[in-house]
Amino acid sequence: MYQSLMPYHGNRALLGALCLLLGALLVGCGQETGSRETAAGGSGQDANRPSKPATGDAQPQTSPTAGPAETVSTEKKVELGSCDGENTVTVAEDLTGQPLAHALMDQWKRDHPDRDWVAEEKQAHAFNPPADNSDLLQGDQGKGHAYGNYTERDILTWTREAEKFVAEGSRIFHSADELGSTAGVSCDMCHPHAANTHPETYPKFQTQLGRVVLLRDMIDWCVENPVRGAHMDPDGPKMRALEAYIMAQRKGVEMDYGKH
Amino acid sequence: MATHKSVETKYLEERRELFHGMRNLDRRSFLKVSAAALGATAGLAAPHSFTPVSVAQDAEDSDANPAFRFAYISDSHLYEKDVNDRFVRGLLRAVDDVNNLDPQPDFVFYGGDLAQLGQVKELELGSEILKNVKAPLRIMVGEHDWYLDMGRKWQDLFGEPTYSFDHKGVHFVVLNSVVEKDFWTDRGLTPMQRMKTVAGLDNGLQSPFTVGEPQRKWLEEDLAKVPDDGRVIVFSHSPLYKLYKQWNFWTDDAEEVQAILRRFKQVVVIHGHTHQLLTNRIGNIHFHGLLSTAWPWPYAPEGMPELTIEMSRPDPFNANDGCGDGEVQVHPDGLVDKVYNLWNRNPITVSKTYMVSMGKQDVPPKPNRPSY
Repeated sequence: MYQSLMPYHGNRALLGALCLLLGALLVGCGQETGSRETAAGGSGQDANRPSKPATGDAQPQTSPTAGPAETVSTEKKVELGSCDGENTVTVAEDLTGQPLAHALMDQWKRDHPDRDWVAEEKQAHAFNPPADNSDLLQGDQGKGHAYGNYTERDILTWTREAEKFVAEGSRIFHSADELGSTAGVSCDMCHPHAANTHPETYPKFQTQLGRVVLLRDMIDWCVENPVRGAHMDPDGPKMRALEAYIMAQRKGVEMDYGKH
Repeated sequence: MATHKSVETKYLEERRELFHGMRNLDRRSFLKVSAAALGATAGLAAPHSFTPVSVAQDAEDSDANPAFRFAYISDSHLYEKDVNDRFVRGLLRAVDDVNNLDPQPDFVFYGGDLAQLGQVKELELGSEILKNVKAPLRIMVGEHDWYLDMGRKWQDLFGEPTYSFDHKGVHFVVLNSVVEKDFWTDRGLTPMQRMKTVAGLDNGLQSPFTVGEPQRKWLEEDLAKVPDDGRVIVFSHSPLYKLYKQWNFWTDDAEEVQAILRRFKQVVVIHGHTHQLLTNRIGNIHFHGLLSTAWPWPYAPEGMPELTIEMSRPDPFNANDGCGDGEVQVHPDGLVDKVYNLWNRNPITVSKTYMVSMGKQDVPPKPNRPSY
């Protein structure tokens, strides 16, 4: 369940991009798997395409199969099926190389309007960034030890993945729909920027509940009561993401369990 | 938590106030006082029936500048009834509260954010409920009322958002202080996306609130006829000063508006939006916040005004805690005692004396559990 939610956006995005780039490459080699030509043209001649300049091909002024209703289209178009099995892309038949890759990428972007959701979430709700670990790259790091030979890529991965987790929490925190509210209430309505959530004070004896609770117990209480949603699985993806966001927002605050 | 006073303590305090009030009586209030006193001593009336008589016993009270009182309700954030009944019940309770005030306030002021998402049915529901207010109603617009249809429905129901009126020698001004620069066109947002962006207190995609040039010009012209020692009370939905930009506890052209108010001996600004006890004074301008009937906001993490005595952290297990309504007692000099009628706590008064003495006298009770 966790896997189905959190890495979903990111991985699908990456996969889609790779698919299309791969598609571009394949087209470039003249192997239009899954493509369907919409204009007349011998497919046997495609093998020469990579060697031709993009504008050097013979460009018929009218397409033999184009109906009278079709406007301006003077170029031969091909429709390519992308490897996600869902979307198709229509491009000029003689488009090759980088321009073709750009065209495919543009289409993919149009098909995925939420592709920048982490950046957008960060811009909308300004959550705290994760710790800066770039100092690990300085000096004679990791010499003679099993761990510690980090690269910039490691640091980037940590930052990006941690931020994505927190962004997902922020998205749920700010959405009555994601929280399953039946009363139109989301967490941010009482806790803008997760204010007054004080995760650093748990575990503590919650007087009103008569027992010691963790942050997740209070999140669940809020989801069930003011938010009027269903009980939230304490190990479920939404709870994990909410905890991540709330903790991230108290970055730098001293842990002080039991504080009232 | 507020310390609840015992019945005996309240009784003794109210009796003391009663006797104090009797020093300066006209015939009408005398009848009330005596009736209350009789009831209390005979054990016939609840002790709180004393409270109304403390109204309007001002030494400098005169016919030209009488003291008077108005009540307020604010920030109900109504969804449709079948979506969220809690917010609806909040507003109903507040209407009950102000209708039960005895004597009745001169008018009831509604401080904005009647609706949550500016939808027709939300605003109509709010309007229906507010029709039950017995005293005359004055209303101000908030950002939640405005950004779905840019105020069309709200104005259909309630008229112009910017206006002024005179009452018992006080000049009241109502502003629309939630004017935002267009952030939606470039982003291609739908009206509902625009509304939801503005409705998110911590949503940084929106622009800061302003009063804006046209309204500032109107304000200057409107105030032109009021002499420097005149009594002026301004209503704005956002605080007319800069507290915390990230939550729009903020008015971006606050300095310009304050400059217009600077020439007066003293001015009171009363604002909604912040859902909490909030007190500030900048020179001659005294600022007071209003409580919400829907939910309390946490205090801004930085930049709190010195005069604010925060209400202690609301109890999440009591939906009414930290919410409420209240009254404003206007003195003959134009300054006010601001009463926060908290539903789950003792009422708190931030008095004129407290403001004038810059927090040295008549200090409201301090909480032992500050917000995080």
